[in-house]
Amino acid sequence: MIKKFDKKDEESGSGSNPFQHLEKSAVLQEARIFNETPINPRRCLHILTKIIYLLNQGEHFGTMEATEAFFAMTRLFQSNDQTLRRMCYLTIKEMANISEDVIIVTSSLTKDMTGKEDVYRGPAIRALCRITDTTMLQAIERYMKQAIVDKVPSVSSSALVSSLHMVKMSYDVVKRWVNEAQEAASSDNIMVQYHALGLLYHLRKNDRLAVSKMLNKFTKSGLKSPFAYCMLIRIASKLLEETEAGHDSPLFDFIESCLRNKHEMVVYEAASAIVHMPNCTARELAPAVSVLQLFCSSPKAALRYAAVRTLNKVAMKHPSAVTACNLDLENLITDSNRSIATLAITTLLKTGSESSVDRLMKQISSFVSEISDEFKVVVVQAISALCQKYPRKHSVMMNFLSNMLRDDGGFEYKRAIVDCIISIIEENPESKETGLAHLCEFIEDCEHTVLATKILHLLGKEGPRTPSPSKYIRFIFNRVVLESEAVRAAAVSALAKFGAQNDDLLPSVLVLMQRCMMDSDDEVRDRATFYMNVLQQKQKALNAAYIFNGENTHCAPSLNLRALVCVDISGPIQEVRLCLSVSSVPLANTPITEQKTEFAPVATSKLPEKPGPTRQDIYQEQLAAIPEFQGLGSLFKTSEAVQLTEAETEYVVRCVKHTFARHMVFQFDCTNTLNDQLLQKVMVQMEPSEAYEVLHYVPAANLPYSQPGSCYSLVRLPEDDPTAVSCTFSCTLKYLVKDCDPNTGEPDDDGYDDEYVLEDLEVTVADHIQKVLKPNFAAAWDEVGGDFEKEETFALASVRTLDEAVGNIISFLGMQPCERSDKVPENKNSHILFLAGVFRGGHDVLVRSRLALADGVTMQVTVRSSDETVVDIILASVG
Amino acid sequence: MFPLEPSLYTVKAVLILDNDGERLYAKYYDDTYPSVKEQKAFEKNIFSKTHRTDSEIALLEGLTVVYKSNIDLFFYVVGSSHENEVRSLAVLNCLFDSLSQMLRKNVERRALLENMEGLFLAVDEIVDGGVILESDPQQVVHRVALRGEDVPYSEQTVTQVSTTALVTSFISAYYIVQCGSCTITLFTLYSPET
Repeated sequence: MIKKFDKKDEESGSGSNPFQHLEKSAVLQEARIFNETPINPRRCLHILTKIIYLLNQGEHFGTMEATEAFFAMTRLFQSNDQTLRRMCYLTIKEMANISEDVIIVTSSLTKDMTGKEDVYRGPAIRALCRITDTTMLQAIERYMKQAIVDKVPSVSSSALVSSLHMVKMSYDVVKRWVNEAQEAASSDNIMVQYHALGLLYHLRKNDRLAVSKMLNKFTKSGLKSPFAYCMLIRIASKLLEETEAGHDSPLFDFIESCLRNKHEMVVYEAASAIVHMPNCTARELAPAVSVLQLFCSSPKAALRYAAVRTLNKVAMKHPSAVTACNLDLENLITDSNRSIATLAITTLLKTGSESSVDRLMKQISSFVSEISDEFKVVVVQAISALCQKYPRKHSVMMNFLSNMLRDDGGFEYKRAIVDCIISIIEENPESKETGLAHLCEFIEDCEHTVLATKILHLLGKEGPRTPSPSKYIRFIFNRVVLESEAVRAAAVSALAKFGAQNDDLLPSVLVLMQRCMMDSDDEVRDRATFYMNVLQQKQKALNAAYIFNGENTHCAPSLNLRALVCVDISGPIQEVRLCLSVSSVPLANTPITEQKTEFAPVATSKLPEKPGPTRQDIYQEQLAAIPEFQGLGSLFKTSEAVQLTEAETEYVVRCVKHTFARHMVFQFDCTNTLNDQLLQKVMVQMEPSEAYEVLHYVPAANLPYSQPGSCYSLVRLPEDDPTAVSCTFSCTLKYLVKDCDPNTGEPDDDGYDDEYVLEDLEVTVADHIQKVLKPNFAAAWDEVGGDFEKEETFALASVRTLDEAVGNIISFLGMQPCERSDKVPENKNSHILFLAGVFRGGHDVLVRSRLALADGVTMQVTVRSSDETVVDIILASVG
Repeated sequence: MFPLEPSLYTVKAVLILDNDGERLYAKYYDDTYPSVKEQKAFEKNIFSKTHRTDSEIALLEGLTVVYKSNIDLFFYVVGSSHENEVRSLAVLNCLFDSLSQMLRKNVERRALLENMEGLFLAVDEIVDGGVILESDPQQVVHRVALRGEDVPYSEQTVTQVSTTALVTSFISAYYIVQCGSCTITLFTLYSPET
């Protein structure tokens, strides 16, 4: 039979594959000869090879047929043919998961693993451990222990690696073999050493002290195996990171010493470990960088790749450290391995000077089509970073990006490009038109819904404010005609924004809207009808509320507008607002129950928060559980935590301020760091400087060692003087101390009262204001109107730069900067900052602050709000 | 996240594909590609990205792939992207050198297919469940210990072959068959079944 197939083989030449047309059923049929006596080792071997080949090709074996073949195979243990026996082991391993009752071969394998034939022993151990479970493991434990310390390396290695595989399943049994593993670790064989170290680490990795002892031992005694060294370096760097040890630790010295190891593998591992360490200084990086530099000229592509990839990482944080390698990197630009060339160029883009950008971009565009998507994303990221560094180069980048956008590529790649273009547009106003044009072209033929909606949203936001908005309308309306529902809906929203902002375009937009109202999709139709009605009113305030700032997400989920469309929208604005508030409640995180006009619901529904429990939601829930705090209404704002003690003191206290409509709750998170004390009835006594009134203290009943507890104070805000927004509280921690046994935590019966003075706590205007992002500030400005507008001019003498002034104002008022006005363009000596927020009680507040730099900074602040007091409060607090 | 988690599990897959990107051997050691369909898709991708260039290393689908081609075979060792590339390369070289010795420097598709059991056993000795078991090709060849392969048959005379066939087992007879048409007679003489 074999002869026949050989003949055929020769006739058909070298292209044929003897395994090509194997039929599973035919092979299993053939496997019956396993039962023949005497066993024909050669034929059986061939059949086993076929079975493993089939398994390897991904052929599915049913449990029945697998079990049958497996049992037939067990008979082959009677033959003493070495290769046949080895193939039996392999079959056992391959079939361990598909056949039933595989444990039947346990005794045969145990015999082989303890037998005289060294060639059998290692593989037999590995096969045995594949079919063993926890209960059976006990039975072979003795043999495993012996095998681990066996002097034949293949036996010892097999036993160690198999033990490692079984750690997941039976940790408790394998744990008992630590001593044997320890002995194996001092073996002369490099692989045994490596496997023993790996097993020891896996058994001890949760015990930091044991790991550190083990490291200490091995770093001192020295190992022979480069594999083991790599492992040691990884363990050491992990320990360094966990313990946050400084770089003067002996572990760091060990890693650094590995840079001088004779094996490239170890040297590279050490260099990569140093590069990945957080807070490495340039001086500490230098030796690692210089070995990587050497690797750059290695004949091995893998080593060059590894080196340049790691250098690329260094360049992200410390570009200056890599400049020394620029020459070597230049040589790699023409490397035949495109991955290496790409990495070299992107690294150079990070470290090189502005003048080299053009040349590098030209280089990279010559082969960008040859590299994989992963690297294309790397290139795009490098370009994105570059644009921030050299804003003047944006035209070169934009061209390059648009070319890349036209090429084929996956979603991740396209998304990276789109994000990059969007960020360029936002950073450089002069690139806006080219960028938008490229994006328009892209959505003409874009298969990714997410990207299309994102771009449409951007077009809606930026398009109307360009010199010729009409040219974008065509692109947007094409989407309405051609795309899926989600894209159509986004396109309708974008169209509405054009209509609202450009009076001359309004008639045409209305015509287009009319068409969209015939759409087959509900959402698209609803949006069109809604926008149509709003636009027809031609009222700026309505447009601002419902078209520009109404929705924050570009792929806005169904707005549930259906309820609204039927409302007679020509009624007074208030009435419409009420309707909208009802329909937009599902979107809001905190439902607003009061529907009075001064409690405009817009506030919370516009918070740029994602659905799902936020930090504030969690606090709200916690506070609601405390009876004293019921009836306070919904939580308006939660501040960041403020430390009231120095770090490392006996008691650590931090305060979180919760603002409600008329009250504030101070939450004190206290930790007792003394293990011989138990604190009880812990509270923080507060002495206000203004007319704030402390209503309640909620003490923490028990504060044992190192378990944080919270106590609360409830304070009523002064009602007769609404302008008193800032206040200073002097705080004292009061408690009952009981001494206790540091070990058991058992307290004495008697205690004594004590107190501890904390730092003063400040309440500022920022605590009363919640940030709100207004995507279109000008529209919001008009919407609020000038009824309560006030303006004042201040001189900020102590501030030297515009950046600093902007930062100070934002953090002082706690409001949201809009229109990216928090970024001051370079080399300008005047700037306008737009801030938006909601004051406690639900009043919109908008601040326009013109800054001019002379000797100090002069600031003209204009405040608008729906409430006059709020305007006064803001101006008073700024002054 | 700590990217360089110390572990012995360093190899995700060992693959051998032929000139058309067809799988000759594939062993996956973890669940990165759980189904055969995903595996084949990955192999297709890997092949399309590597078969034209001879450049040893690539980053694909977030995995580092070191590879090597010889005549009509492509060898791949796949590791995570945080893996030490030099170590993966050591595994690849060990696999290739072991096979090269076992196939008497004749590393090509046909010879490999005729020695599949040797390949299975060699990979089993080099990587076990994702852990590098041995990196020295000498040791691997020694442990695989296929008998009757000590002398390259292609360089033997007919007399030598016949004496070898006499003294060695049936397996060597099996190999003789594949050496040339003249040895087929020898095979029929010494094989008990025919």
